[in-house]
Amino acid sequence: MSSADSALPVPVGRPRTRASRRDLWRFLAKRLVAGAFLCVGITLVSFVLTQLVPGDPAAANLGNRAVEDPAAVAAFRAQYGLDKPLPVQYAVYLGKLVRGDLGESQQSHRTVKADLAEYIPATFELALFAIVLSLLVGVTLGVVAAVFRDRWPDQVLRVVSLAGVSMPTFWIALLAFFVFFYKLGWLPGGGRLGPALTPPPRTTGMFTVDAALAGQWGVLGSALEHLVLPGLVLATYTVGMLLRFTRASMLEILGNDYVRAARAKGLPERVVVVRHVLRPALISIITVAGLAFGSLLSGTVLVETIYSWPGLGQYAYTSAKNLDLPAIMGVSVVVAAVYIAINLLVDLLYGVIDPRIRLS
Amino acid sequence: MSAGSVQAATVTTPDVARAARAPWRSPLALVGLTIIVGWLVLAVLAPWAAPSDPLAQDAAILQAPSGAHWFGTDELGRDVLSRVVHGARISLPLAFVLVAASTLIGSVVGAVAGFFGRWVDSVAMRLADLVFAFPGIILALAIAAALGPQLRNAVIAVVIVSWPGYARLVRSLVLAARTSQYVVSSRLLGASGLRTLFVDVRPNIAGPVLVMSALDIGNAVLLLSGLSFLGLGAQPPTPEWGAMVAAGSQNFDRWWVGLFPGLAILTVVLAFNFVGDTLRDVLDPRTARALRE
Amino acid sequence: MEPLLRVEDLRVELPTRRGLRPAVDGLSFDVAEGEIVGIAGESGSGKTMTAMTLLGLLPHGARTSGSARFDGRELLTLGRRQLRDLRGRQIAMVSQDPSTALHPILPVGTQVTEHMRHHLGLSKSAARAEAVELLATVRIPDPERALGAYPGQFSGGMRQRIAIAVALAARPRLLLADEPTTALDVTVQAGILRLLDRLRRERGLAVLVITHDLGVMSAVADRVAVMYAGRLAESGPRAQVLATPRHPYTRGLLDALPHPEAADDPARVALRPIPGSPPSLGDVPAGCPFHPRCAFAVPACATDRPEPVPVAAGHLLACPPDPLPRDGAAPVPEGAPA
Repeated sequence: MSSADSALPVPVGRPRTRASRRDLWRFLAKRLVAGAFLCVGITLVSFVLTQLVPGDPAAANLGNRAVEDPAAVAAFRAQYGLDKPLPVQYAVYLGKLVRGDLGESQQSHRTVKADLAEYIPATFELALFAIVLSLLVGVTLGVVAAVFRDRWPDQVLRVVSLAGVSMPTFWIALLAFFVFFYKLGWLPGGGRLGPALTPPPRTTGMFTVDAALAGQWGVLGSALEHLVLPGLVLATYTVGMLLRFTRASMLEILGNDYVRAARAKGLPERVVVVRHVLRPALISIITVAGLAFGSLLSGTVLVETIYSWPGLGQYAYTSAKNLDLPAIMGVSVVVAAVYIAINLLVDLLYGVIDPRIRLS
Repeated sequence: MSAGSVQAATVTTPDVARAARAPWRSPLALVGLTIIVGWLVLAVLAPWAAPSDPLAQDAAILQAPSGAHWFGTDELGRDVLSRVVHGARISLPLAFVLVAASTLIGSVVGAVAGFFGRWVDSVAMRLADLVFAFPGIILALAIAAALGPQLRNAVIAVVIVSWPGYARLVRSLVLAARTSQYVVSSRLLGASGLRTLFVDVRPNIAGPVLVMSALDIGNAVLLLSGLSFLGLGAQPPTPEWGAMVAAGSQNFDRWWVGLFPGLAILTVVLAFNFVGDTLRDVLDPRTARALRE
Repeated sequence: MEPLLRVEDLRVELPTRRGLRPAVDGLSFDVAEGEIVGIAGESGSGKTMTAMTLLGLLPHGARTSGSARFDGRELLTLGRRQLRDLRGRQIAMVSQDPSTALHPILPVGTQVTEHMRHHLGLSKSAARAEAVELLATVRIPDPERALGAYPGQFSGGMRQRIAIAVALAARPRLLLADEPTTALDVTVQAGILRLLDRLRRERGLAVLVITHDLGVMSAVADRVAVMYAGRLAESGPRAQVLATPRHPYTRGLLDALPHPEAADDPARVALRPIPGSPPSLGDVPAGCPFHPRCAFAVPACATDRPEPVPVAAGHLLACPPDPLPRDGAAPVPEGAPA
């Protein structure tokens, strides 16, 4: 048997990489094309919705006096292309959209584009704050729940996560406003900055980032302070969602042979949980974080209204309230595009961090 | 000696035993069911259970809770308790209608897509993708705004936003069932496509769809009350919970105006989620498999 | 001197829905340094649970009794911390399926070095150097590069070698190899077995091979223990047990093996499966657990629990009727078709 040792066949084989990288690009290209198609679909939806509106846009825009004058109406219709067949109107709408022309807001009398440019950074700042917060809290608690599976911490956290996803956002926003601003006065109750402060010089439009860039620490502090209440409220739902999901994906991985193998190596439980279980779980958690971001964007509509946060959500709300259709459609197109982009980003990230997708 | 011998004896751990118990014995589901039944009873008995007419403006405005008005009065001098109780007559039936409509539409679309495949499938699923591309409330907001601020339109908006989830679920279940042995043999025996769909496939998708519906009722209540809160759903003077919280936000220093209707939403949604979550645990394929062994 | 591992009258009970049920019942065996001992038996015979017991990795709620001494220390009563220090460092495991036992998204380097660094306190570069050497030992081509690769990039046989490298990384003294070759094809199997043999010769590694495949045993094991339904059926030196089995169950396992080289021998050519299947946990028949499947059962087998008794030097047998011929020829039970 000793001589047989040298006869041991040396397996040939080398890590394969080149072919798989091509697969990754193909996967991404496919997602990109799908995303582009969705974007076109979104414009179609928003165009159809504008057509659904009862009433004559000419009447709405010219007022009663002008409607009695057929020439004025015809002129109006010709000016806005309303006399053309629908597909042509859609093509025109699409053409404008491509040039970034989303029409004019009926309330602000500015272009929707200008309005959006002002409001998007504010919402982005808030949503980013909330998603980071929910990931930190939700994932940590989810890990705790999985580790203590079926024991009391898990039971308690189950109720916590269900309560989180059951909370009416607008109501918890109101309660938090009442308690922490009105009653206790711990935190500011609205706006993005203290009244005495002027916004930092604009680079990103996010006050915290801009203030930090400009070295205006006082402004940064105030901006952060203003983020806390709306950010926390916004995060209630996503914390519940991420907690539940983290627990589930942790449990799925905990049952694997390789976890038992890691334990058999005598590693401390902490290392087993973090390196061998949480790390693979995070791959699926980030895909859900994309979904969570979508629900955050939904939440901003309700939260920004209460905290007078001058962002997309409040803009969508006031537009909807005043039936300012160009503005509403602008918001939905932009938000949907952002949402698609985020999900695309998540797919990308997924491909990058999972070696099975990256390499196999 | 069989080479493909099965894995060593299954180790039965305590959680399987726990899951084996009927769902209604889970304390969480029990609490949920109790709350739901309580609200349903209250909704039916509202005209008798509520202390006064939810629309009557016959008390002093914005009074704090007291013996006469347990939940206080609102900005028009209406009794908040009566309005909250009557609110159950709006939110609960609408939530059921909403979910039933979304389930029905989604299931039909999903089943047709899954069964006929090809372009039918592509069209249906791209449509679903499209709806999924919007964060829920934004699309609902746009639809509700386009159709006009009315409770009916808000309901339509929520249905439009909710059906694709069911379509995807049912489609995947139909696809899985279509290739399964019993369906194939049923087709071979000469059963028509539709007959197979209804007789052989339907029973197997009912469970998961039911769980999804149960879990969705809470979401429907949240979405609808959210739209009403934004003024795009129920219009005054309808005692709808979301709209009542909106009134509370106008008078935020009078906490009771918004607190109680919001609490009503929370308890209803939480109760449905308690039940749905338990159902999901029990019907989860992995748990279910452990139970059969 | 006591051998490295001495298991005596080990009993392991697992929780089931109907209460605790024995998965291992009264098992005894020794493994000395540099020795390869095989435990054989079908699925569900308690082999894997024996290994889990030695590692202190039994499922929650399991109960053990008897004794399992490693290097003079009683494993069954050892504290969690001490057990953890022992795992990987003193007793390592290579498990059944390398495609599931290696972490799919951790680089091979991490998996080989993490416990090495934890147990031996090596620096990152020292551990890396040792890992390269180790991978070379198990004949992984281009070990430097393999450290940065992921398990999915290797073939099944290579993965099993990596798994063995992982197990050996913290220089354990006892290796528990649970079906180390089941998932592999025959040529790769032979390579792995030779590797185990070389390791025990070069490093004095003690190996406990757990397998359902007596062919694997005959290749490497010094001594063999055959288990059935959590109980010892027969144990002894490899040549003795495999050439002249005394327990009908051992005989059955051997007959179930394909013997291409024995095609001329009419007595051994038949590939005969054992009728029936092993009992499930908690469903073990009274008396000798094998009696419902045994062609030689006598009435007493259904009532009396057979205890292992020495029948030759180092050869234990738990079968009082002892019906098999001593020359190793395949017996023809009465009433069996000729």
